[in-house]
Amino acid sequence: MNHLLSIDDLTAADIREILRITPSFAEVAERRISKVPALRGQTVALLFYEDSTRTRLSFEVAAKRLSADTLNVSVSTSSVNKGESLRDTAETIEAMGIDAVVVRHRSSGVPMQLTKWVDAAVINAGDGWHQHPTQALLDCFTLEQQLGDLTGRNIVIVGDIRHSRVARSDVGAFTRLGAEVTLVAPPTLLPAAPDTWPVRIETNLDRALQRADAVCLLRMQRERQHEALVPDLREYATLYGLTAQRAAALGPDVPILHPGPMNRGVEIAADVPDLDQVLVVDQVRNGVAVRMAVLFLLLGSGAAGMPAPALVDDVETEDAR
Amino acid sequence: MGERERRGAPPYGGTFVSRAVVMDADQIRRAIKRMAHEILESNRGLDDVVIIGLQTGGIEPALHLVEALETIEGSRPPLGSVDVAFHRDDIGLRPVLPEAPTDINVDLHGCTVILVDDVLFTGRTVRAALDALNDFGRPRSVQLAVMVDRGHRELPIRADFVGKNLPTARSEAVRVTMSAVEIGSMQK
Repeated sequence: MNHLLSIDDLTAADIREILRITPSFAEVAERRISKVPALRGQTVALLFYEDSTRTRLSFEVAAKRLSADTLNVSVSTSSVNKGESLRDTAETIEAMGIDAVVVRHRSSGVPMQLTKWVDAAVINAGDGWHQHPTQALLDCFTLEQQLGDLTGRNIVIVGDIRHSRVARSDVGAFTRLGAEVTLVAPPTLLPAAPDTWPVRIETNLDRALQRADAVCLLRMQRERQHEALVPDLREYATLYGLTAQRAAALGPDVPILHPGPMNRGVEIAADVPDLDQVLVVDQVRNGVAVRMAVLFLLLGSGAAGMPAPALVDDVETEDAR
Repeated sequence: MGERERRGAPPYGGTFVSRAVVMDADQIRRAIKRMAHEILESNRGLDDVVIIGLQTGGIEPALHLVEALETIEGSRPPLGSVDVAFHRDDIGLRPVLPEAPTDINVDLHGCTVILVDDVLFTGRTVRAALDALNDFGRPRSVQLAVMVDRGHRELPIRADFVGKNLPTARSEAVRVTMSAVEIGSMQK
């Protein structure tokens, strides 16, 4: 595999291997000179058709820490505004000589489509409601830092599941690592066929939180909601938001994740993000390291590409030749 | 050379098959003790000396060297480790994966760094390690200690402290543990 399109393309062993090497990339950020030459001479294009701050910056920092060059295609100032098609844009930037494209698009399947048009490695940075695999990887890494092995842990994902590529990716990653996942949402924000997901469904947040080892909040994606799915945001915040009382009931040892950007006062009460157990900043920091690992595996670790080559235990002949 | 160093599947990796034991545990222990004395002699003690093992094969020799230095001198120099994966010159030519995070907690500016590895062969790992050290400051000097120098250098790099000079054929492989140094070959 030479692309990262969906968490479902990765086996549990692949995910564990990415999480195993991620601390090595995190260490680079702590050096006096936090840049290593691993991907010198490679170019990563960032093609974002949707608004993004942290994901785009995170990939950009990740590429730069590995000495790759980055091309930022800002859709609002590019020829896309003149009506250029996705394919033409992709072929244009590829002709400039790029090794990887990080793409975000409002439509599901765009990254997969791009793989048919360009030779570069394609990394999905979020496509519609579908997938956001690096978010799932960084959530796994952040949770394992707090909880250790996720096997048998109960992770509660609460919020706008239906429109959430983060939820779809997180469910795939958490369950592969052996965790039990409980989804909590009003019926209108559950996906179309939730019974086909490997999860437990719950509509009462307080009941779900009683046995939570970790909580992942989702952003209320009002820009994707084209109908009245929630009668009132205040009512939603009361029933499905993480209030200060709910956070207190959880206790200080249950990590709380949010992929950002947060709607304070909706899915999370205004003062809850300041609690120590809310790991939003850790998620951002870990996101850079995980994305470095993904870029390195796709562009640097050799012909075998991603996932990591079949590994054997052996001994070294100093430099393998 | 880590017993559990991960390598790509053939043609890059394989299983080590031993042909002969060239050093036993006692000889290794004495060699490390001698190298410790040589390090103290040439640096006139341990002032500003930092010992850094190369992941993964240099970790154990570095630890034993630090212990030998402590036994002789009564003080323990700082010990770190460096993973050179991100600095290798063969990234993209063969599977390269980081082993364990680099761990250097001291500012290397003005220090004397003793790099420790198990086997010195082409010198490319050491070149990568020298490159990696620059991210942590500018050492006053960098010296190299290896358990085995097996020849076949491809870069102008030499060891300052050597456990054993071991002439080998390029096709052979050398395995270093703290209980034996063996010469053999990699079998697919």
